[in-house]
Amino acid sequence: MMLRRGLLLVATLMVFDIAHSGVLPEDRADVLYHLYDGGGVEIDGPSILVRKQVGKSLSFVGNYYVDMVSSASIDVITTASPYTEERKQWSLGMDYLRGNTTMSVGYTSSEESDYDAATYNFSVSQDMFGDLTTLTLSYALGDDLVRKSDDPTFERQLDKQIYGIGLTQILTKNLISTINFETMTDEGYLNNPYRSVRYFDSGSALGYSYESELYPNTRTSNALGIRARYFLPYRAAVQGDYRYFIDTWDIESHTASITYIHPWKDFTFTGKFRYHDQTGAHFYSDLFPRAEATNFRGRDKELSPLTSYTFKLKAAYTFLNENQSWGFLKKGSVTASIDMLHVDFHDFSDLTALAPIGDEPLYKLDANVFQVFFSFWY
Amino acid sequence: MQKHFLAIGRILLPLLVIGSLSGCSNIEPWVKPYERDKLADPIMALDGDPVSTSYLQHVYESREGARGGEGAAGGGCGCN
Repeated sequence: MMLRRGLLLVATLMVFDIAHSGVLPEDRADVLYHLYDGGGVEIDGPSILVRKQVGKSLSFVGNYYVDMVSSASIDVITTASPYTEERKQWSLGMDYLRGNTTMSVGYTSSEESDYDAATYNFSVSQDMFGDLTTLTLSYALGDDLVRKSDDPTFERQLDKQIYGIGLTQILTKNLISTINFETMTDEGYLNNPYRSVRYFDSGSALGYSYESELYPNTRTSNALGIRARYFLPYRAAVQGDYRYFIDTWDIESHTASITYIHPWKDFTFTGKFRYHDQTGAHFYSDLFPRAEATNFRGRDKELSPLTSYTFKLKAAYTFLNENQSWGFLKKGSVTASIDMLHVDFHDFSDLTALAPIGDEPLYKLDANVFQVFFSFWY
Repeated sequence: MQKHFLAIGRILLPLLVIGSLSGCSNIEPWVKPYERDKLADPIMALDGDPVSTSYLQHVYESREGARGGEGAAGGGCGCN
């Protein structure tokens, strides 16, 4: 619950929504191990994806993903006790190709001890103008159930919808770009049932006390993303990304990244720098002036003003290519990557510093994300 | 600003659909299929590792307040 925060919907759709209109996605299988380590939180587990074409016009995809969480994050150690939990997720999808049109449907189920989520998604992609342009329309519906581990009677509903439109455009012989626009609506219980806000309390030894968070029951957000990848004069590529995001909670963000891809013999090396800056939600405060000071209140650091920086290094090695295939396997590769994440929180105090109230230093997060995966094409 | 952007979104979505589907039938492809060898190179795949991308999106959505806008389209350069 602490990790997923009900937002996994968007990420899981990525497995389905990379549209390849006019041609079905390649048959492939991926076996990935992931490890997130930072801020007192360790999350690891596998992700397995298998995609297989059946006949000339159908392709099926399945994904199984596990998060094993061991958390002693700053939120946990200041207001609760360290915990461990496990989340399992599986997805099934199908693509149907007819002429230049690809229709995709998918279903994702996620289960953990205190949160169940079901997601249904549908998209249509159309190739146009001599396959220079691909237009994709997508819709997803999320049906979540929020529970609380220490209260078996607690059960709240959360409904989500995502409307998306995307355009992929070949601009020149060396340049391809995409533009995506997504509107997301959430309705229901958006709180984290375990999180608290703090407020001034002169009767407390610390000078403050805690009370439960209280979020609005609705949230609508819009995101506009632009991406372009360019083939350099020598065999290498550079990619630029930008995203503008805004929502009805007053969070506004700019996210930009630049990626460089360089192949060398059977290796492909990738370096990436990503920058993200956001304002805080209107009901966020690090320290409220009194109990029940506002109609809505939250001290979720992810909803606070922050700036994050990520530096990525990735290396892939192709150990099997189409000239030396093994039986039905045409190609195989192994990839390892590390993403080094640093987050500066501009209005979230580090209470573990035990400084006098109001003088606490701002919290900073450093985390490393490791991935190793094998990919096979057949 | 925010209300304006939300309102623009509601208008932009249908306009993009209508605009994309109508009135453009006379456009000639300016990059011919035989000129797309570089675009077909695996290093030009907009998302060559869907499992990894999906996982990292999950990490960012858990650590930041923003979401979406990165995945409704992609690939599909018609050059395979």
